Amino acid sequence: MSAAPSTNGPVLEARQVTMRFGGLKALADFDLALRPRELVGLIGPNGAGKTTAFNAITGVYPPTSGDVIVAGQRVNGMRPHEICARGVARTFQNIRLFKEMTALDNVKVGLHHGTGHSIASALVLAPGHYREERRVEGEAQELLGVMGLGHRRYERAKNLPYGEQRRLEIARALATRPKVLCLDEPAAGMNASEKTALMELIRKIRDQFGLAILVIEHDMRLVMGVSERLVVLDYGVTIAQGPPHEVRHDPKVIEAYLGDAYLEEKRIPVPPETAK
Amino acid sequence: MTPARAFGRSLLPFAIGLPVLVVLQGSLRGSASIILMAAGINVILAVSLNVVNGFTGQFSLGHAGFAAVGAYTAAKITTGLADVQIVGLPVGLSDELIFAAALAAGMVNAAIAGLVVGMPSLRLRGDYLAIVTLGFNEIIRVIIENTPFLGQATGISGLPARTNVLWVGMGIIATVCMAVRLAESTHGRALLAIREDEIAAEAMGVDTTGYKVRAFMISAAFAGLAGGLLVHLIQLCTPRSFTFVKSIEIVAMVVLGGMGSVTGSIVAALTLSLSLEGLRGVQQYRMVLYSLMLIVLMLVRPEGIFGTREIWDLLPRVFRRRGAPPPGTAEPGTGSGGKLA
Repeated sequence: MSAAPSTNGPVLEARQVTMRFGGLKALADFDLALRPRELVGLIGPNGAGKTTAFNAITGVYPPTSGDVIVAGQRVNGMRPHEICARGVARTFQNIRLFKEMTALDNVKVGLHHGTGHSIASALVLAPGHYREERRVEGEAQELLGVMGLGHRRYERAKNLPYGEQRRLEIARALATRPKVLCLDEPAAGMNASEKTALMELIRKIRDQFGLAILVIEHDMRLVMGVSERLVVLDYGVTIAQGPPHEVRHDPKVIEAYLGDAYLEEKRIPVPPETAK
Repeated sequence: MTPARAFGRSLLPFAIGLPVLVVLQGSLRGSASIILMAAGINVILAVSLNVVNGFTGQFSLGHAGFAAVGAYTAAKITTGLADVQIVGLPVGLSDELIFAAALAAGMVNAAIAGLVVGMPSLRLRGDYLAIVTLGFNEIIRVIIENTPFLGQATGISGLPARTNVLWVGMGIIATVCMAVRLAESTHGRALLAIREDEIAAEAMGVDTTGYKVRAFMISAAFAGLAGGLLVHLIQLCTPRSFTFVKSIEIVAMVVLGGMGSVTGSIVAALTLSLSLEGLRGVQQYRMVLYSLMLIVLMLVRPEGIFGTREIWDLLPRVFRRRGAPPPGTAEPGTGSGGKLA
């Protein structure tokens, strides 16, 4: 797709993305097209290659082969900060906040690439420096407010409770003004009600910021409730793709999650906990 | 903020410092002023190293090497132009201007050295970077010792005594302003983010390699300034002033003051430099006491005197800077809840 980015074209596209680590093919021919404002779940058992897909998209490792295209522009081979500047932001499975910095400063780092003043202007305190710093301050406060962290702005990130750290990571990612937000197990370690609240928040973010969101999640039921489309990975291979209700009945998906022995024994195509 | 007000704010610390320094210059005599100037130069070295070791979290052990580059550049210029007088200016002013130009050239050359060392080596982290920078420090020393132009091991002697309290004081103000302003800008936050988590910083749009190189260059430039001031204080430029032992001494000041704390670096540099002088009375135990002091301080406060905080974070709220965290929220270690998974 070499056409100019249009409003209907995919904002993020992965074409035949393959990642090899030595003899291991962690991700094979991964295809994905994410349209604007679409919420897609990426699921699969442990070690299926979900995080590897994220890392390939965000430039942590350049893909062994295949293309990653953001808003019509090929980005593979670019460094993560360049891909971020083109509109792909992410959170991490194991929280990676700037622990000793305040919540506010964490968000301000996310706003960094949008600032337009040089180091020199900061050192001589040029007028542009004040202007930019004031703008960054205002936007950071606003984002913290949206994520319900306004009262925590001067708290060091490491001192926040776990759920708030997760939310702060999302706020920091939103600060980079992404077109696509990649959330790597945002609900990990949360209880059922926290998870539901988080998924509501994710939907709200999508609507308010008009983003496409790609979310990795272990909890099938949860991700099915919130996403419009699912991509299922197993051993690096995409085994199913489609709307949740279709994917849920796909024998390959059930097999990957529960094993074929389960299917044979019970002779039921749908695991009870995924049925509504 | 209007340009005029911004300009005024930018120069304010220098305007306040000038009369104080002029008074100090007039009242200090002999060894006291020399000891203070030497301590002041250490402040410049410690604060500038803090930009790399403290803010950015990159362990550099080659700071004295950058100081050497600045020192030799400045020394060659002032000795080379010793008999030159700028037309139309009185001798004193002409000399001061040449000295200023020499210091500036030293800063530029040191920054270039920072770029040359930084580009290849900043791919390395932690211990590996420390070893590479240590090696760079030694390379600089060996090059100087084998270059006749630079006076080899004997160095360049007979330098004019240009450094005075005013120059050192202005150097300190410039260095501290640089560090504090950098820390409070988006660029400083980018550096801190690299220290905290490089992968996350990169993913959030911070050009980590570019920022590490820039931090290295800025830090090296101010080390070059300190080098230029030092050799024009002792009027001798030798490689012995810039061995890796000196680098380690500066690292000790930064660690002792607290990584990332500008005021901590200042206090530690003054404490260490002045206590070494103060201990001259008990000559044979001097280094023993000095080492003991370091050990005790590190045992009592492993995070340094101020940790990552600044002196104003410890003051009552009235004295706090605007925008600083309210009391009790930012104290590391007070919230045991910080140990969440």
